[in-house]
Amino acid sequence: MTLPLSDIFAVLPELIVVTAACLVLALDPLTPSARKSWLAWLSLAALVACFWISASQMGVTVLAFSGLVILDPYAGFWKLLLYVVTGLTILLSLAYLKEERINLGEYYGFILLSLSGMMIMVSAADLLTIYLGIELMSMSLYVLAGFKRFEERSLEASAKYFVLGSFSSGILLYGISLLFGVAGSTRLQPIAAAVAIRGFDDPQLLIAMILLVVGFGFKVSVVPFHMWTPDVYEGAPTSVTAFMAVASKAASFGALLRVFLEGLGGLKANWYVLFLIVSVATLILGNVVAIVQTNIKRMLAYSSIAHAGYALIGMVVAGQTEAGSAVRSLGVSSVMLYLAVYAFMTLGAFTVVALLRKGGLEGEEIEDFTGLAKRQPLAALLMLVFMASLAGIPPTAGFIGKFYVFLAAVKAGLAWLAVVAVLFAAVSAYYYLRVVMVMYMRDPEPAEGPLPRLATSPALTVVLASTLGGVVLLGLFPNALVWVTSFAVLILK
Amino acid sequence: MNVPLSYYLILSAIVFTTGVVGVLIRRNIIIILLSIELMLNATNINFVAFSYYLQNIAGQVFVFFALTVAAAEVAVGLAIIIALYRTKASINVDDFQLLKW
Repeated sequence: MTLPLSDIFAVLPELIVVTAACLVLALDPLTPSARKSWLAWLSLAALVACFWISASQMGVTVLAFSGLVILDPYAGFWKLLLYVVTGLTILLSLAYLKEERINLGEYYGFILLSLSGMMIMVSAADLLTIYLGIELMSMSLYVLAGFKRFEERSLEASAKYFVLGSFSSGILLYGISLLFGVAGSTRLQPIAAAVAIRGFDDPQLLIAMILLVVGFGFKVSVVPFHMWTPDVYEGAPTSVTAFMAVASKAASFGALLRVFLEGLGGLKANWYVLFLIVSVATLILGNVVAIVQTNIKRMLAYSSIAHAGYALIGMVVAGQTEAGSAVRSLGVSSVMLYLAVYAFMTLGAFTVVALLRKGGLEGEEIEDFTGLAKRQPLAALLMLVFMASLAGIPPTAGFIGKFYVFLAAVKAGLAWLAVVAVLFAAVSAYYYLRVVMVMYMRDPEPAEGPLPRLATSPALTVVLASTLGGVVLLGLFPNALVWVTSFAVLILK
Repeated sequence: MNVPLSYYLILSAIVFTTGVVGVLIRRNIIIILLSIELMLNATNINFVAFSYYLQNIAGQVFVFFALTVAAAEVAVGLAIIIALYRTKASINVDDFQLLKW
């Protein structure tokens, strides 16, 4: 049996990323410890190649490996976003790993393996491949979260992430097995056909659907499945936190939309209500609990929970409207737009956190930002822009993301949901602007211990410049991104 | 004599629930790991049973993948637990309070 060349062509980026990951792991022992950054440059080269290939594949729609994998513009959009995020994470890690004394080559190998899992998730057309992608992504992330293995906090985060992550995968897998019993297949198309025959009130289908909602709910960290997020985000190394918060959330949303709209589209009358409740609960809890946080990484974790709630609004719109309508496409593309914007601003905020150091210890408390504007005006200005964008203040990109999600909600006749979301966006402005207030309004105390200093490097400058550029340019000229998301939107029958 | 499908489904539901309850109430992290394995194996019972009754081999293929993933998961999980035990000298989740749950 031979594989047709077109199938290989469809998964070429995945193959390159996996090969690069294996190469990094194999070359690691041969690389002198002062030269570990070579492995990072190798990974970046692989990402650039993949970006070029995926960009040239954007117009194609191929079903490969007898329906296990699909290559379409929708998958292409997520892959391009994931390459950018991963590339920036690697650049951010270059200096951060040296600073933390965890400058080990396998870090880049695990980042790439995790990326390949995410790529498989977003381009899977079968629950088997989606499950394998999720597991590949999560298992690499469990290891990465515990990468500072001499630090208790990091290990504890890793253990918690592992227990809750595999627990949720078990729930997801049980749901998949019940769906297999209904459809006799784990491909999304036969599942959709079986749903159409069995109807939307079949008990076995409903249980399977609820289990899938729970399983995916853990992965995108929405209330009430969010408990692991703050602990893991706080304990993990900051560069890994940034990667988890952005890339794994984007990939999980990509898979979530495809599974529920394509496979379980016939059940949308049921799941849209669930997602509506989850979305409102996430907006309330994420934003309110973020107010009382004193650790910036914990605060950003709750903020990332809240942002998942905003993105879910687009999902609710897609579930509530008629198939094939323009509003439905708007709902899906607003999720894609939101996560693209979210990627830049969150990555930027975490980069500033990684930048701020206090004599070997991390300047992680919000108190450490006191008077930053006097000491480090540039870093404070960057943080100001990212916080404003996270709060959704125009003319930053965060405003554009929220605008399109709310526009979709209003067009779908869910104006009340948009109003609730706007109210909680106002609540969120309180805790984002508190960071700005601390930086600008308070004078730096004549501190005893070492003052926070900046761990700058050329690579970090590139990361900050690109995230800042993304946040400002997407805010001022959103047309290109809007066009890309509407071009790449999931085609639904 | 044929065993009806519902027997298998009830068995797998019992095993799955045992696993879920085990994860939620047990405090020893090794037992939690075993409970997660129970959940995954309940899934395998489902797949094999459906595969037999639908005369569809795809379910058994899925079981092979699920078993492989479960093995990899245990390998990663035990490594994390060992690293944790080295610093904490404990495998009781109540001792891991550095981060608020």
